Amino acid sequence: MGSEHAVAVEVSDLVKRYPKAPVDSVGGISFGVRPGEVFGFLGPNGAGKTTTIGILTTRIRPTAGHARVAGIDVVADPVGARRVLGVVPQQNNLDRALSVRQNLLFHASYHGVPRGLRRARADELLAQFGLADRSDGRPDDFSGGQIQRMMIARALMHAPTVLFLDEPSTGLDPAARLFMWERIAQLKSEGTTVVITTHDMEEAATLSDRVAIIDHGKLLALDAPAALVRDMAGERTLDCTVEPGRAVDGSAVQGALMRLAAVDRVEQLDDPGGAWRLRVYVQGDTAPLLAVVAQAIDDAGGRLTDVRLGEPTLEDVFIHLTGRALR
Amino acid sequence: MTAVDDLDVPALHSERVRPWGPWQTALAILRRDLFVTGREFPIFLAQVILQPLFLLFVFGKVLTQLGYARPGYAEVLFPGLVALAAVLTGLQSTALPLVIEFSYSNEIEDRLLAPLPIGAVALEKVVIAAMRATIAAGVMFPIGVWLLGSIPWTAGAAAGVVVMTLIGTFMGAAMGLVLGTFVAPNRINVTFALVLTPLLFTGSSQYPWPSLSHIRWFQVVCALNPMTYVSEGLRGMLVPNVPHIQTWICFVAAVAACLVLTAIGMVGFLRRALG
Repeated sequence: MGSEHAVAVEVSDLVKRYPKAPVDSVGGISFGVRPGEVFGFLGPNGAGKTTTIGILTTRIRPTAGHARVAGIDVVADPVGARRVLGVVPQQNNLDRALSVRQNLLFHASYHGVPRGLRRARADELLAQFGLADRSDGRPDDFSGGQIQRMMIARALMHAPTVLFLDEPSTGLDPAARLFMWERIAQLKSEGTTVVITTHDMEEAATLSDRVAIIDHGKLLALDAPAALVRDMAGERTLDCTVEPGRAVDGSAVQGALMRLAAVDRVEQLDDPGGAWRLRVYVQGDTAPLLAVVAQAIDDAGGRLTDVRLGEPTLEDVFIHLTGRALR
Repeated sequence: MTAVDDLDVPALHSERVRPWGPWQTALAILRRDLFVTGREFPIFLAQVILQPLFLLFVFGKVLTQLGYARPGYAEVLFPGLVALAAVLTGLQSTALPLVIEFSYSNEIEDRLLAPLPIGAVALEKVVIAAMRATIAAGVMFPIGVWLLGSIPWTAGAAAGVVVMTLIGTFMGAAMGLVLGTFVAPNRINVTFALVLTPLLFTGSSQYPWPSLSHIRWFQVVCALNPMTYVSEGLRGMLVPNVPHIQTWICFVAAVAACLVLTAIGMVGFLRRALG
């Protein structure tokens, strides 16, 4: 589904300024989400993620710009857009007057899923999400993780082309979070386009095919997590443990390393065990430098006994782009 | 490509098995509300009947029997209480649920994300509230017969009475739409106290409006309460010999009030539903 459209979600020059707000919540962003990919929106609270999702899911009217979901303009045809999208919101919005199963069934009926099919789908989704044995309970009696599962199951009842999840793992315990990640990975394998917002680096890096980093309503970067990290200059490290060998002290080794062209700087780390530990900051990929570094240490009289490669993370990318930590 | 083939979830294609329009979605939402109302029907009945029941019992029966009210008073009161049940039940069936669904439970979101225009979600709220209010107003008739022995009735008035009662239910539901969308959630308790009691006593349900001519200021206040036209309209049709506002005026004023209130309520609803 959705394969007939080259782009699952298409956003161009999207602007949202709330009445009386001094600045734009979304300040003219453009991007496209490919069919079948997991697209992550990464940014701190108040960055404009939820507003963007709100516009894409027809609940917030943009001030300017265009947005299409599965080829349907969300402003011109919100009813049509709501047919093809599914939403898992941040906060519990399950129908408290209905049981878990009834939540799924009525949702499907709003979307015109025929009666027999909606029963079959509800049974299967309840089983998949581990809710089958308590499907007659009311939402109020469930934990946060279970509520989250119910909302995902409900959103899948009408087989949306694009599924939007707003901060899906906020407030979940590690097991519930892992379960949710597995479900999202499975949805992707089945061809559903998934758009998630998160302020969790690990979640963005683990789940997303591509990540959009957003702050103050502006799109700062958009690429695969690995590519974003690869483009980060000068933040790769080699943590070396060195035995003295013939060397008198660590400064000779440190000096030898500093003279290497690819090395930015070298720091001595504390080691209670008495060994010398050096953190070598380098440009470019670390692996090809291993031999050069080992040789330099050896030439200075030391002996390399252990090395650990430090790759930058999305968090480093974020700090680099915004000048501040995410949390 | 079928997204769900790998799963055991029965597949669903974007080309619907049957054509599906916003009307059907609205009906599906209405079915949900009927389902929930039906399941709690005895509680619902108790909620809506007790107030008019006691008003009818104390004012129509007790005070009359004790000699504090004239024997014909029950006949004057009865149409007013039908109007009261219609308008107040309508109001309460939209106002409070809307406040809760928009703030604490967010329940309304699933309906706002259903494939139908946002305004239709508001209209569905008005329709289900009017249906509940119709039941509340309808049961006043058997209750009246039971308590009073007989109720004023003229065969020719049946159609007019039904239509005016329905208008009253919509009027109340539309009032609730306005209240439920314009009042801040943390103010709803105060607002209810400030709105309901005046509404209850200025709607000409306990007295014929023309008889207020010697308390002129109160008569003017009552004329501003749209419920007055429902009470007076029903009274005029059920007990025509009691002085009343002309029936056609009642119909025009009540319908106009419905339209104005629905329009205002719709603005409030869209404001709450769309960012």
